[in-house]
Amino acid sequence: MAVITCRDAVVRALDEEMARDEDVIFFGEDVGKAGGVFYVTPGLYEKYGGRRVRDTPISENAIVGAGVGAAVTGMRPVIELMFADFAAVTLDQIVNQAAKLRYMSGGQIQVPLTIRMAQGSAGGFGSQHSQCCESWFMHAPGLKVCVPGTPADILGLLKSAVRDDNPVIFLEHKGQYAERGEVPDHADHLVPMGEARIVREGGDVTIVAVQRMVGVALKAADTLAEQGVECEVIDPRTLVPLDMETIARSVEKTGHLVTVEEAVRAGGWGAEVVSQITENNIWSLEGPVVRVTLGAGIIPFSQPLEEHLLPGPEDVVAAVQRSLEA
Amino acid sequence: MSTSLGAAVRHKMLTNMLLVRHTEERIQELFLENVIRGTTHLCIGQEAVSVAMAEVIDAARGDTVTCTYRGHGHALALGMSLESMMAEMMGKASGCSKGKGGSMHLADLDVGLLGTFAVVGAGLPVTNGAALTAQMRGNGAISISIFGDGTPNIGAWHEAVNLAAVWKLPAVFLCENNRYGEYTPYDDTAPVPNVADRAAAYGIPSVIVDGQDAEAVYPVLLEAADRARAGDGPTLVEALTYRYRGHSRSDPATYRPEGELERWMERDPIDILAGRMQADGQLTAAEFEALREQQRAEVQRVTEWAINEPWPALEETLEDIWVPSGDGAAVGEGA
Repeated sequence: MAVITCRDAVVRALDEEMARDEDVIFFGEDVGKAGGVFYVTPGLYEKYGGRRVRDTPISENAIVGAGVGAAVTGMRPVIELMFADFAAVTLDQIVNQAAKLRYMSGGQIQVPLTIRMAQGSAGGFGSQHSQCCESWFMHAPGLKVCVPGTPADILGLLKSAVRDDNPVIFLEHKGQYAERGEVPDHADHLVPMGEARIVREGGDVTIVAVQRMVGVALKAADTLAEQGVECEVIDPRTLVPLDMETIARSVEKTGHLVTVEEAVRAGGWGAEVVSQITENNIWSLEGPVVRVTLGAGIIPFSQPLEEHLLPGPEDVVAAVQRSLEA
Repeated sequence: MSTSLGAAVRHKMLTNMLLVRHTEERIQELFLENVIRGTTHLCIGQEAVSVAMAEVIDAARGDTVTCTYRGHGHALALGMSLESMMAEMMGKASGCSKGKGGSMHLADLDVGLLGTFAVVGAGLPVTNGAALTAQMRGNGAISISIFGDGTPNIGAWHEAVNLAAVWKLPAVFLCENNRYGEYTPYDDTAPVPNVADRAAAYGIPSVIVDGQDAEAVYPVLLEAADRARAGDGPTLVEALTYRYRGHSRSDPATYRPEGELERWMERDPIDILAGRMQADGQLTAAEFEALREQQRAEVQRVTEWAINEPWPALEETLEDIWVPSGDGAAVGEGA
């Protein structure tokens, strides 16, 4: 097992898929010659050339639309929107076109398109460059939504996304690009969509978290373990499809559920997880479900304010205690 | 300038214009009879652009088209079967999109129609992608995006034209300037007298052409297509035309100045081509009437057929959202 960064995992996945399939092309703002503003895609332009790896104008509608049109006509494009917040500029192409063309054409069309973007707080980027946007896309049937948070999951899921015949929203957490982790040495590591990972086993409470909040949950779990509370931490890795089976099985064991999101509370994926558990597994619950979120907050610039808003281990500890005390 | 085409091509264009005209007139009636629901956008008066465009497109080579919700004419001219369209208009299982798309979402990959995009400006970026595929594969295919005179006021139009120009994509941008963006006159919403004037900002050529004359539109599109295939990038073509009806089903078009419609109807695209064919001895008045009657009868036959076609099965409601490959089948209700 080699140890690489999340950043390395992105470029390795793209490299392997571009080498494997000539129909895989990659374009976006500054992704080619510059190697990406987060320096996530260096070397691809040099290796695959300016026809398959293209720098685009700052034109999110044109980027996604070109991805859709190329996918519909037989290519397997991967595009990058840089900051996930910029997806708002091109929501029509994503939500009305990419997601719905297959349905509206009665199944004639398929859109094997991967849309990469970097989301989440990375410290001081302010309100329009720090959001976690995964829930925007969960509301558009037709889109798969990946939220990997380790190098191995980024590698395996990005390769799966490229091979998927549906449009895939692939969200990387920009605050995690430098995080390191083990990846298998073999050249074709695939992670299937819709399979959650149990990050830590425990019998007292189920904590569901993705990306950077997994680390927060694990820190909380360490603290709680000292108090004799064993947490089971689950990372769904993909939100569409969502592996409710693994989550429900855990809740049946623990009787308690806490979700941890670096996102707004209303309509978040945590709300969806909690709703499904209350719909289908309510008799397994022995205490209230608790969501840890940003509430109705907007990411502020000022460091103490941003750190105050983002969920930390102490918030998760308090949430678990609330669930257990009731 | 119009180029005289061969009798066979002229006959095909005329026939298709009549087909489109009578189909849309019937569609309007069917809306009023509540046989067709929702809304519709008719291109009556604009048929010449559709048939000229179709002559340039070769789906077998990989050519593709994106157009707008005013797309019945383009679809029929490209060769979508009338059965497929009429059934789709009524939401029937045998429609081109199994009844899931309707008037605004026609698609037929077999004839190169990627879709009739119902959001203004959405088609051009997608045409770029199809043109990108053609450029990557080097198969000589082009993609044409058809849009109205209101579209150059939306950002996606500019993003798409710019990208196509920068990447020299084999695309043709075809504006049907029918003088109104929905209910508002072109001059009230655009700062330049012609849509074609916008091309200068992107360093691409543009042509203004008489959109009522199919034989004038065809050579302009052919040249734009040849230029695209040669790797010289996109051309902006502005066809000056007019829709006889309102923007959509609910629009009586009372905003038009008196006499404007009548002036345009004097230059009806069907009459222009039929008149020229008659002058050239390729069509008699009786043959023209017979052709018109034939198309009218065909529309009536297919309408009756479509009315009697079955609805889609209710189990179909959630089908065709996902490509059921790999793990995709696991997705579904409740996220």
